[in-house]
Order: sequence, then structure tokens, then C-alpha cells
Amino acid sequence: MNWLLMHSSALLIAIPLFAAFLAPLIDRVNKKAMNVFVIAVLIITQIIMMILAWDVFTGITHVYVMGASNPAAAIPAQAAVPVRIVFEVDGMGAFMGLISTTISLAAAFYSIAFVKKETGQGRYYTLLLLMVVGMIGMEFTGDIFNLFVFLEILSISSAGLIAFRFYHGDAVEGAFKYIVISSLGALMVLFSIGLLYGQYNLLNMAALASVMKYTVLDKIALALLVAAFAMKCGAVPMHMWTPDAYTIAPAPITAMLVVASQVSLYALFRVCFTLYGMTLNLTTIGIIIIALGLLSMFVGVTMALPQKDIKRLMSYHAISQTGYMLLGVGVGLYLLGQSDFDTYGMKAMEGGIFHIINHAMYKGLLFLTAGAIFYRIGTRNLNEMGGLAHSMKCTTVFFIIGALAIAGIPPFNGFASKLLIYESAYHVSPILSIIAMLVSIITLASFVKVFHSAFMGPPMEGVEAREVPKSMLLGMSILTAGIILFGLFPDIVVSNIVHPAVQALADQAGYINSVIGGV
Amino acid sequence: MIYNLPFFAVALLIAVGMYAIIFRRNLIKIAIGIILVESGVNLFLITLGYREGGVAPIYTNLPPGIEIPGGMALPVPQALTLTSIVIGVAVTALILSFIMRIYRHYGTLDSRKIRRLKE
Repeated sequence: MNWLLMHSSALLIAIPLFAAFLAPLIDRVNKKAMNVFVIAVLIITQIIMMILAWDVFTGITHVYVMGASNPAAAIPAQAAVPVRIVFEVDGMGAFMGLISTTISLAAAFYSIAFVKKETGQGRYYTLLLLMVVGMIGMEFTGDIFNLFVFLEILSISSAGLIAFRFYHGDAVEGAFKYIVISSLGALMVLFSIGLLYGQYNLLNMAALASVMKYTVLDKIALALLVAAFAMKCGAVPMHMWTPDAYTIAPAPITAMLVVASQVSLYALFRVCFTLYGMTLNLTTIGIIIIALGLLSMFVGVTMALPQKDIKRLMSYHAISQTGYMLLGVGVGLYLLGQSDFDTYGMKAMEGGIFHIINHAMYKGLLFLTAGAIFYRIGTRNLNEMGGLAHSMKCTTVFFIIGALAIAGIPPFNGFASKLLIYESAYHVSPILSIIAMLVSIITLASFVKVFHSAFMGPPMEGVEAREVPKSMLLGMSILTAGIILFGLFPDIVVSNIVHPAVQALADQAGYINSVIGGV
Repeated sequence: MIYNLPFFAVALLIAVGMYAIIFRRNLIKIAIGIILVESGVNLFLITLGYREGGVAPIYTNLPPGIEIPGGMALPVPQALTLTSIVIGVAVTALILSFIMRIYRHYGTLDSRKIRRLKE
């Protein structure tokens, strides 16, 4: 058990990476065996992640050095700074890791039936497992260059999966947009890594943070990093790739892409809080993040209203929900270091971070229900569907739960995190809360429209709309169970999972200490 | 001035690449733009590690009279550049294969005509 815990952060990368390249080989022998293998690998990953998270949430930061005789010591005996590849898992990393593994597991269950008729399933699961590797790697790495490498692994595998149904020409169109944006963003990240390395001769985040001087070059690097990660997470001025890529990817992949963009959000927060932290001009950066959040919320939801394509509509809502996370954490960043931070700045960040996990679950669920509709009736156009509640009863229930959760209706989890954001943003400026509530109402309105046109009315003629296969229902029910549990017991979740994550994010000195030991 | 020449080359490469990505309509030209930006960033990384008159950082094959480590080129930026080149090859291959598929479906490479998703 101790051995497992000690090496868990490396195993979480190694197991899916190894399995990714084993999957197509097993696919050659037997298709069923490969499905079982992929699910088993993801369940093992999930269990290791839970063991690691359990330990991290008690307040211990895990440091793992690749290839060292003592993996817990970041600085080798003869050196003064960390020179090897270092993984560092604190509360925030473990929190994001839990989201990634859970959604991937649900997506893999769903995929079994969803891609049954497609060819090239071995490669599909290879890319899916590589996405898991990229996400976990970005969350755990303590090194800015590895952040770039895992970012590229994540973008390349996601682009491959967006184009998975390449016989629809538009799938490749969406994937092309995605890969151009991601590779440009990644090159901006690499350029700013060069700027930081050129000044400090360091790549380790903790060591960099401890010597950060906030020179002009650092400011340029910060601007590039914020722009690149905001672009990758789909914040508004750079959001144009999101609806195209989300619409056209297979539904389980869309659910994973939502998490992938949240991982970029995590990288954005990591750069702001850990890498720069107290040296930043916090008020300015805080206001920029809040402004990005408000823009994303408002533009996303207004663009969603006129959409006719069910997945495109949901994609615009994904943009608008990202705005809530930016708003919550932006308020926290704005107040960081002031006396108000402990009272409501912390609450705002808890709201923003809690919203990440809630959004991953309900938006994942909504995309999966949209995929279920597409799977049965073969269209995403809202005008061509109707009366599905007659024949797809489980899907209807899942859709209602997801729609109520995204609109922030009380018994579900969206309400819990949105309330935290409303309450705390109000102290900074009442306008912020008013806009946030307004956006919630418009969200509800547009989901009422979707519900009405897809599920109500007389049954469709000429199309046999039956309930979807069991594996898809299983994938959706994993997420639904999460939504209901998190909605019923938000206080337990906030104090045990979200609070350690926020504390880890806000505590820059603790992060530096755990790697380079109080230098 | 002369020592800053590589940095001007970096700026030029990135500017030309960005121009191609933003203003060109042909997908192949967009791909070339990305490759140009990537070369610019790689050149930037490799320039950071350069030392005038420095030798390769290999201890076993060191000419006499070289100061350690001041007389050696920095090895880390070279390792970073190598990694970045490998990733760049993968991205370029992926982009070009997407362009091939798009051409097969749409019969054009003009990005203004490839907008089936928006309709």
C-alpha cells in the first residue's frame, strides 16, 4: 500500500500510457477483450487516483522525482535546484485529477456502444487513453516544460478524436480549427518558457516562483501564458473553435473535451497563483480575469439562444459556464493578499473551483444525452426532432437533471456552486452577481426551449426512437449520481475536496516549500 | 547589435508566420505559417543556450583550458528544442493530413468556402 501511494503519481501516467499502445494490439485479437481491457485500465486509474487524492486532501503535498533513488527528494545531493523531471501533486492537482479520471471512465463506458459500428476502434481508445495521460500530466507536473509537452499530447490526441468520424467532411473542418488554435497556443507557451528560462536558468515551477522578479520580460511571458491558456479553455474573445470542435466530436469525446478545456483553465490558475503569485499586480490581473469571465458568460449564453443544432447550443453554454469559473477565481485573485481574502475571497474561489467539477459532470451528462439522441435519430437539428420523451424515458430524465443543474435550480449541484459565486462576487460589486444571475435565467430559458422541441410533442414519425443501449445509460448514470450526490451534500464536498484545492492554490509559499524545502 | 541578430530573426519569423495564419486564406499557407512560428520559437530557444566560443557540453571530450561550466554551451535549451522539433513534426503531419481530407470533401483549400459547420 505504501509503495503504491509513493509511486502513484508516476503510475497514473504510466498505466494509461502503456495501455494506450496495447489497446490496438488487443483489438487485433478480440474486440470484446479490448473493451474490457480499456474499462479495466480506467477503473484501476480511478482507484489509484482516489487513493492518492485521499492522501493529498489530508494536507500532504506529494512530490515525485522521475528516476531518482529517493523519489520524494526533489533536489539531488550535489545540486542546488531541482534538475530532474518533478511531479508535484497538491490539493488542486488531485482535485483536477479526480475530475479527469471520473469523466474519462464515464466516457469510456458510453463509448462501448456509441462507437460499436465504427472502424478503427483500437485507435479510438488509444487516443482516448492518451487524452487521459495528457490531462493527468498537465495537472501533476511541477515543471513548465513538461506542461508544454503534456499540453501537446492532449491537443494532438483530442484533434485526432474530433476528426474521428472523418467521413463527415465537417468533422475534419472542426479538427483543423482545433489543431491550428492549440498548436499556436502551445507555441506561445513554449516562447514564454524560453523567456523565463533565459532569465532564471530554471524550468521547475516552484524554483522559478521563488526567484521571480516580475521584470518586463516576465510580464510579456505572463501575457502570452494567460492568452494561450484562455484561448485553450474557450474564454470569449478566443472562443471560436469551441462550438465547432464540440459539435462535431463524438459525444463521449465532447464530454472529455470539456474536461480538457478545464485543464487549461487549471493551467491558467496555476500560472497566476503559483508561478507569479504575490509578485503580480493582483488587482489588474484579477480585473482582467473577471472581465474575461463576464464576457464569456454573457456572449456565450446570448450566442446559445438562436442555435438550432443541439450540440452547438450546448457548446455555447459550455463557454458561458467557463465564465462562472473565471469570475469566481478572478474575484479570489483580485482579493488575494488583502484582509478580505479570508472572509469572502476564499468563498469566491471555492465557488469557482467547485463549479469546475459540477460543470464537468452536468455538461458531460448533457453532451452524452445529446449524443444519445443523435445515436437514435441521426440528426442534431432541433427542428427535426420531437416527442422523444415517449420512447427514450431514461434519456429524458437524465436531460432534465442536467438542464436543471446547469441552470442552478436548488436540489442539484449547479445551485451550490453558483450560490457561492453570487454571494461573494456581490461584495466586490453587485453588478457581477446581477449579471451572473441574469445569465443563469437565460440558460434556463434556452434549455426549456431544447426540452420542449426535442422531448415534448407527438412521437416522431418514420423514425424508430428506442432507448439507447445499456452501456450508454451506465455512462450517463455515473454522472447523474455525481450530480445528485453533490447537490444534496454540497457542504461535505466543499469542506473535504474543494477547500483543500483552494487552499493549495492560494498558498504559494507552501507549494515552493514542498519542493525546494524552505530556501 | 550583431549579437542580437538572431533575436531579430526570431521576431521576423514569428511575425511572418502570424501574418500567414491570420490573413492567408489557403489552408496550406496557414500550415506554413504555423511551421514558421515554430521555427522562430525553436531558434529563440537555441539562441538562449549559445555562448560565444563555447564548446559542446561533453565532459569526457573537453579540449584543455576550457573553464567549467562557463566555457560550455548550455545543454538544456538544445534538449528542449529537440523535443519541440519532434512535437512539431507530429503536429505538421496531423495538420497536413487534415488538409488532405478537407480537400477531398470540399474540393477547395479556400478557408472562406470551408464553413459547412456554421450553416
